[in-house]
Parts: sequence; structure tokens; C-alpha cells
Amino acid sequence: MRLFNIILGVAVVGVLGFLGIKEIIADPVYFLELFLGGLTRGSIYALIALGYTMVYGIIQLINFAHGEIYMIGAMTALIVASVLGLWGWNSAVIVILAFVFAIVYSCAYGFTVEKIAYKPLRTAPRLSALISAIGMSLFLQNYVMLAQTSEYMPFESLIPDFEFWEPFSHIITSVEMTIIVTTIIVMILLGILIKFTKIGKAMRATAQDKIMASLVGINVNRVISTTFVVGSATAAIGGVLIACHVGQINFMIGFMAGLKAFIAAVLGGIGSIPGAVLGSLVLGISESLFTGYFWSEYEDVFAFTILVIILIFRPSGILGRDTTSKV
Amino acid sequence: MKSFLKALALVLVLMIGITAPGFAGDTIKLGSGGVISGDLAPYGISAVRGVEIAIEDINAKGGILGKKIELLVGDDVCKPEVAVNMATKLVSDGAQMIVGHVCSGATIAANKIYKDAGLIIVSPASTNDDLTLKGEHPNFFRTISYDGAQAALMTSYVKNDLKVKTVALIHDKGDYGKGQMELARKLFEKLGGVEVVLFEGVTTGAVDYSAIVQKIKRSKAQLTMWGGYHSDASKIVGMIKKKKVNTIFFGADGIIGDNFVQLAGKYSDGVYATGPNDTSNNPLYKEISAKHQKKYGEAPGTFFHNGYACVQALAAAAEKAGSLDYDKMRAAMFEIQVDSPLGPIGFDKNGDVIGAGFSVYQVQNGKYTQVN
Repeated sequence: MRLFNIILGVAVVGVLGFLGIKEIIADPVYFLELFLGGLTRGSIYALIALGYTMVYGIIQLINFAHGEIYMIGAMTALIVASVLGLWGWNSAVIVILAFVFAIVYSCAYGFTVEKIAYKPLRTAPRLSALISAIGMSLFLQNYVMLAQTSEYMPFESLIPDFEFWEPFSHIITSVEMTIIVTTIIVMILLGILIKFTKIGKAMRATAQDKIMASLVGINVNRVISTTFVVGSATAAIGGVLIACHVGQINFMIGFMAGLKAFIAAVLGGIGSIPGAVLGSLVLGISESLFTGYFWSEYEDVFAFTILVIILIFRPSGILGRDTTSKV
Repeated sequence: MKSFLKALALVLVLMIGITAPGFAGDTIKLGSGGVISGDLAPYGISAVRGVEIAIEDINAKGGILGKKIELLVGDDVCKPEVAVNMATKLVSDGAQMIVGHVCSGATIAANKIYKDAGLIIVSPASTNDDLTLKGEHPNFFRTISYDGAQAALMTSYVKNDLKVKTVALIHDKGDYGKGQMELARKLFEKLGGVEVVLFEGVTTGAVDYSAIVQKIKRSKAQLTMWGGYHSDASKIVGMIKKKKVNTIFFGADGIIGDNFVQLAGKYSDGVYATGPNDTSNNPLYKEISAKHQKKYGEAPGTFFHNGYACVQALAAAAEKAGSLDYDKMRAAMFEIQVDSPLGPIGFDKNGDVIGAGFSVYQVQNGKYTQVN
């Protein structure tokens, strides 16, 4: 079966590659533009997908409220930036404070959501926690809609158009470049956190066996809270960057972005951090190329088709561990 | 005996349920359907406010047929499936005439209910051709001109005034947007001299439109025509400007209004769009705009005046018919002439408005300004 999968994979990639190379040679700049556009989109997905995959890795829960945490991050940044803008503060200070507030707020929400909606259900069947997550997602959406507004609000880009980047901005804008660079930095920091720090070690231990971890003196509750806080912080960074890229936000932005990031996380192997990033990049780049060379009408159909194909041949995702898991 | 009493009690309880909506009462119930929450809410809210103020004005003069008008408001969130439920609720609450809906897809779905219930419906904003030209909606009228007329203006302006040779047609896959772009494609083929180099739909609410913008750039279209609403349009316009793609952006009444300019910000400058004629010199237009300003503390939205005209038309038809009977009302709709804020309007044999058309606007210094 394994050999068959590999042969099939190579054949599909080969045929697509052969068809693709002709197009690429005909217009390499166009390909580069699409590729970089896809890379940006993939980085956007990755920043959100990291939170999904970390939480899943530790407590095997699909945290559907994660998209809403991302939305709350963007909302907070917008509020802070407009208030400070009115007071006439320096734009560099505004950027830093907007990010800080967005991260702090999102972390607070992530922490609280876990304590209210998931902790009481930790010993309950997994389906209960999943339903609780969906409920939390709907609650947060409607809460923000009622507390703020249901309309789209313009989001002035906090990231300036760098002058040294002007000659290349028709290929990739400074905001897009910032998104890609930030994603890389966040990934590296996360990697260091998990591989080399004490809390990272505790996280890995908890992911392997919660009971055993608590027996050897790890405070499991604290580890889980930390995971939610770290995941929320990456989502907040993602929220602010994406809002700068898109230029507008409303209370529903978390839904579609969260769904796509979830697909990306499953695609890469949910529970695995490199997997989430790889899955996001694969999804983003292939969507962009598909729109560029085929029809944008079917972009979403294509994204879901990739997911179905991967799940048929590799149920645990590209980099997932080979364990049977239930959703 | 006991079971008989129980059965009697049950019958009585059920009968209350049946008879309650049947009492017509001494008001005439006017149902208003449209989108009043979600991201398209500004369109629907502007129309409902027009309806509210029109009802206040008519009630102040004694109402219709000696009865006051009572307003029932429904929210369809611009979704066809919600619109059907909402329409059913309006009908079961006893609505006797309808103003609505806003999104064409929702109107088409909801009108099945209104048609079966024998109600006349006048829409302030639904512009899809099928509503009037297919003949499937005999009870439907509207106070806004239809997409066909708008598309004809768009295509001829693009060809004759902007003198463009290649266009890209992009839509949001919805009834309104896709319908409009398909019409535009047909009209460009008929006109000749303008080549459609790209025809694509995009997913609404996506996080990133850079791929489609690169595609527009590659197609070398001198002009990009958009069929859809303002929020996606502003994202695409922003991306076009950021990527320095040299193409003119041209939309329809889905992007007319201040919402688009606010969202797109500095990127909106130079964008063209067609929208309803500017009748801001009409005395009634000025009068009701002032009332809106006083009541809500802001300038009226896109479909406010159309909404007002809908109620005027229904009231005039009811007075002319002398009753709310469907056949009499419908016959009267074709005969009436209404002094509306859009100027004097009537209805043609399809139910389309006569006397209110479209003009071309361009965003200049952060404001839509008429250019034709």
C-alpha cells in the first residue's frame, strides 16, 4: 500500500510538473508572482494553523474558537490604533502598542475560553468538548458583533510601504513580505520554545501522556493554559498582519480564515508544528497557482479536493504520526 | 366525558391559533423584507428607513383607505434560504403588502411565498433582470431600474467614453454580480470593438485576492469590471493599486455609496461605478433627506429614497384600486403615476420602473461625482 501511494504521488506530481514547466518557462515572472502570492497566503494560514495544531497536540481538541481569537486580536489592534491615532501618537509607537495590546487581549481570551469552556469538560467524552468549542466560537462572534458593529470597518495598514522595497512592490508588497518574514520568525521562536525550554519539555511530555506527566510532577493544567496562551498570541499576530494586508475587518473574518487554517493543519498532520506550516504553505501556494493557471471559481473546491485526496492516502496528514485519531 | 372535555379544550386551543391572525384589525400591515444585519446591512437599513419615514408621512395624512399603516420588518441577511422563512413569517403575521427585498437572490426566493399569498411586492433595490423580464413574478414591481439597463449604460460608456479595447469581467458568483457580468459580456459581443479577455468569479470574503489580481495584470485588460458588492470590491481595488496594475476599475450600484469609499480609502480614487440617477434637486428628495438627518442623525444611505418611493407606489395603487384585492391592486400598479423623490415614476408592463434610470459616477477626492 505504501509503495502504491508513493508511486501514485510521484505520477501525479510528474504529470502536473510536466504540464506546469511549459507554462512556467513561457512566463516565469507570472509564476513567481503567483508563487509569492501563494507563499503569503500560506503564511497567513500558518499563523492561525499553529494554534490549532498545538492545542490538538496536547489535549486532542479541535479548538474551533481559535478563529475568533484571531478576529479579537485584529479588532483590538484596530481600536488601539484608532484611539492612539486620534491622540496623534507617533506611528512606530502605535504599531508596537497595537501589537502588544492585541497579543495581551487575545491571550487573555484564549486563557479564559480554556478555563470556562474546555477545562470542566476535560474528562468528558471528546465530542462534548468539540461542541463546547463550536458554541464558544458562535458566542464570541455574536458578542463582538453586538459590542462593536456588524459592518466592515476599514483597517489602515500599520505597516508602512518601505521605500527600499518600492521597485519590487509590484511582485510582492512590503506588507506581504512582512507577513512571510514574521511567520518564519514566529516558527523559529516556537521551535526553540518547544525544543529547548523547560515549559517546552513539559508540553511534549504532556502531549505524550497526560497522566504520566502529572505523576512526574508536571503541572498539566499550567501546561495546557500556556499552550492556549502561546497559540492565541500567534493568532493575534496573524490577525493584525492579515488585517493590514486585507485592509478591512468585521466580526466574521475568523470563520473562513479559521476554516482554511484548520484544513491546512489537518493537511500537514494535526498535532505537528512543522506539519501545520507545511500544510499551510502547500494549501496557499496550490490555491494561488490554481487560480492563476485555471479558474478562480473553483479555488475552494480545489482546496477541499486536496484535503480529501491527502486524507484518503495519508489519513494522518503529510507529517502526521501514524496513529488512529478520531475527530 | 372527561376525554370529551379534553378534546373540546384542545379544539378550542387550536382554534385560537387559527383565528388570531385572521382578524385584519383596523390597520394595514406593510411587510418590509431585506438585509438589516451582516456586512450588507447598510443597504437594507437605508431602504427600511425610507419605508419608515414614508409610512409616517402617509399616516400623518390619514393613511391608506382610511386605515393607518403598520410596519412589520424582517431580516433576510441577504440569503435566499433565510428569505423564504422570513417571507413566510411576514405572511403569517398578516402582511398585506410588501416592500423588499434588497439582494436579488433573496427576492427571487422569497417571492414564491408572496406570489402564493397574493401580495403585491415592490422592491427598492433588487435589479436582477429575471425578476421582471422572465414573467415568473407577475406580482413584482421595483422602483430601481434593472441590470439590463445598467449594463447597457456601463458597456456603452466603457466603449464610447473611456475608449477601452480590452476588459476583464470579475464577479462574486452571486445572482446579482454574476448576472450583471454575463449581461455585460453579451452586450460587449453585440457592440463589438471591445474584447473580453478574462471572465472569472472569485470567492467572497477570501483573505487574499492577489492571485486574481495577477491574472488581471497578465490579461493586460485596460479595464476591470466588477459584479458584486463593496466589501470584496474594496479589497480587490486595494490589491490592484498596491500591485501597480494598470487597469481602470468599474463597478455597478453594488459599490456605489460612501461605504465603498470609506473601506477602500485612498485606493478608491478614480474608480468608476454606475448608480441610480442623482435627483438631489427634487424638492421631496430634499424634504425627506432632512427628515432622515433629523431622525437618525446622519445622511441617508443608498436605497433610502427608493424605499420611500416603494411605499408611495403601494399607497397610490391601493387608493386607486379602492381595496387591497390582488387583481385590482395589480391593475392599478400599471396605471399610477407617483411624485416620488426620484421624480415622477410609473411602471411598465413588466413591473419595471419608468422615469428612474442610471448615471455614471467616479470617485474624485473621496466622493462619488457624476461624470456623464
